[in-house]
Amino acid sequence: MRTADLTTALVLMAGGVLVIWDSLRLGIGWSSDGPQSGFFPFWLAVVLIASCAAIAWQAGRRGRGRPFLTRAQLKPVLTTLLPSAGFVVLTQFIGLYVASALFMGFYMRWIGRYGWIPIVLISVLFPVVTFVVFETWFLVPMPKGPLEAWLGY
Amino acid sequence: MGWENLLLGFGIALQPHNLAVAVLGITLGTIIGVLPGLGGANGVAILLPLTFSMHPNSAIILLTSLYWGALFGGAITSILFNIPGEPWSVATTFDGYPMARQGRGGEALTAAFTSSFVGALFAVILITLFAPLLAEIALKFGPPEFFAIQLLTFSSFIGLGGGNPIKSLVSILIGFILACAGLDIVTGQLRLTFGITELMKGFDFIVAVIGLFGIGEILLSVEEGLSFRGVHARINPKVVWQTWKTLPRYYRTFIRSAFIGFWMGFKPGGATPASFMSYAFAKRFSRNPERFGKGAIEGVVAPETAAHAAGSAALLPMITLGIPGSPTAAVMLGGLIIWGLQPGPMLFQEKPDFVWGLIASMYTGNVIGVAMVLAFVPFFAAILRIPFSILTPLIVAVCAVGSYAVHDSMIDIWYMLLFGVIGYVFKKLDYPLAPLVLALVLGDLAENALRQSLIMSQGSLLILFQRPISGVISVVALLFFALPVINPYIRRARAGKPTVEVSTPHDG
Repeated sequence: MRTADLTTALVLMAGGVLVIWDSLRLGIGWSSDGPQSGFFPFWLAVVLIASCAAIAWQAGRRGRGRPFLTRAQLKPVLTTLLPSAGFVVLTQFIGLYVASALFMGFYMRWIGRYGWIPIVLISVLFPVVTFVVFETWFLVPMPKGPLEAWLGY
Repeated sequence: MGWENLLLGFGIALQPHNLAVAVLGITLGTIIGVLPGLGGANGVAILLPLTFSMHPNSAIILLTSLYWGALFGGAITSILFNIPGEPWSVATTFDGYPMARQGRGGEALTAAFTSSFVGALFAVILITLFAPLLAEIALKFGPPEFFAIQLLTFSSFIGLGGGNPIKSLVSILIGFILACAGLDIVTGQLRLTFGITELMKGFDFIVAVIGLFGIGEILLSVEEGLSFRGVHARINPKVVWQTWKTLPRYYRTFIRSAFIGFWMGFKPGGATPASFMSYAFAKRFSRNPERFGKGAIEGVVAPETAAHAAGSAALLPMITLGIPGSPTAAVMLGGLIIWGLQPGPMLFQEKPDFVWGLIASMYTGNVIGVAMVLAFVPFFAAILRIPFSILTPLIVAVCAVGSYAVHDSMIDIWYMLLFGVIGYVFKKLDYPLAPLVLALVLGDLAENALRQSLIMSQGSLLILFQRPISGVISVVALLFFALPVINPYIRRARAGKPTVEVSTPHDG
């Protein structure tokens, strides 16, 4: 936990430095029409850096504590996070409907070890229901890819 | 204030299609409340795009009904599965789950739903009475008063939120900094974009809510392994009736918890501490405190009454001041702006049908809600028996749909994933997420209020203390900020005297 606490605090402090840098560019003082654009973010970042320093100091004084993530926990987290990231990448290129079908099918096969019939049923059902509810009933469009273009949407 | 306003509201809430909307909202809300990773805030956020084409009156009824449903759904998972769906349901598991293990699940569920209903009803009656008064006072507020209220909002997370106060402060600051990103509407300058065009639009808090609470929560729950184990419960009219006959005995617990809930709830982050506090009080004042934790029905009544009273009270500052008291209220506020309404005290004069329709729907929504959950518990509990390997990708995909729909923009799905990882890490390191979301929502408002106050005073922060109303609020806010520093001394001074043990995990 200590390492994770220290790392997070350091990352946030680095972010704070970036914010201060950009605020100085915008001006942190007073202009003819009131405080300049950088005024508010500048002071936020100053307090952020100070608070993160305090958190790092607190964490440094504590013992190592229990680990942030055990090896046994890491595996299920990654087996969820990585396919989800893959799903987002796919959505970018082939649209949400096809990507969600592939994602659900992949996850059900890999983790759930289902037979092909339930996999095909559920992974096709979800995008179809989403399409009917969002695209046709409520007129909210979703990202689409080549398949939808081929079907004429 | 007049009865004709409330009647006008009921005229809207009781229209058949609005009743249908309420039933739909409660059904979806309960499902959302039962599902891991989906709760009130992100459930409302995901379904927000569906309301874009609706009339605002029906849209707000849909969202509040979702909220009631999610509150009810949280009780089901706490009692039958020992999984608190929401942070304020944690205290319900203490006695609810043991009751279910002893075969008294039906009794526990009936008690929980009835208490929720009583708590919500109590809070809604107080909202009906106080909302118009508060709105009238708020009409006289200027920028210093609004900034002072914002200070109070965030100071109460630090002073009363529990947990590590510095981490609460960091969460608030991150929210405000993220809110700064993009176009500064006052000066027209681009801030924190570093020349990247995608960053120009800034970060939408709805996407942040979906990522932080949805994806983050999924990652946390898979950590514990990939399955749920629950207790079956029978619930039938006989069990309900027998439980109802015993409940009036606990009228003291009901009244006390409802007051605690309302009092804590209209301040931000109140529902979770309210539920723990009222559990602790119920135990302390009970005739047989040794039964608590082993299946005492009062142990279910107390936290549920308080949590729902608090959850309802959180809507009071949202409708009267335009300042939300919880992440869910914040999402609703975002909805108001998208539907073209200006949140704040003027709403009572400009859109009385909207405000009173909303208030009346709190009554109808809770009546419909308690009837529906009592009738369909087995159906809702069955949702958690859907295998994890289907639920997990389903929830991730639903989150992506909701994130994209807010602005029809692909980058929001990427932000959702990013916020998911941040939410997971922050949750593990005990950084509270609710203040981050509220700061992200209120960022622009707070900054403008501060700017205008400073312009009024030509750069002096003392203006916050020189006007009577903002002065009082600012002093209280400063006191809350200082509370974590002063508290150890107060405790030392009181040492020796018995005090009520209250543990308050933050968030909520």
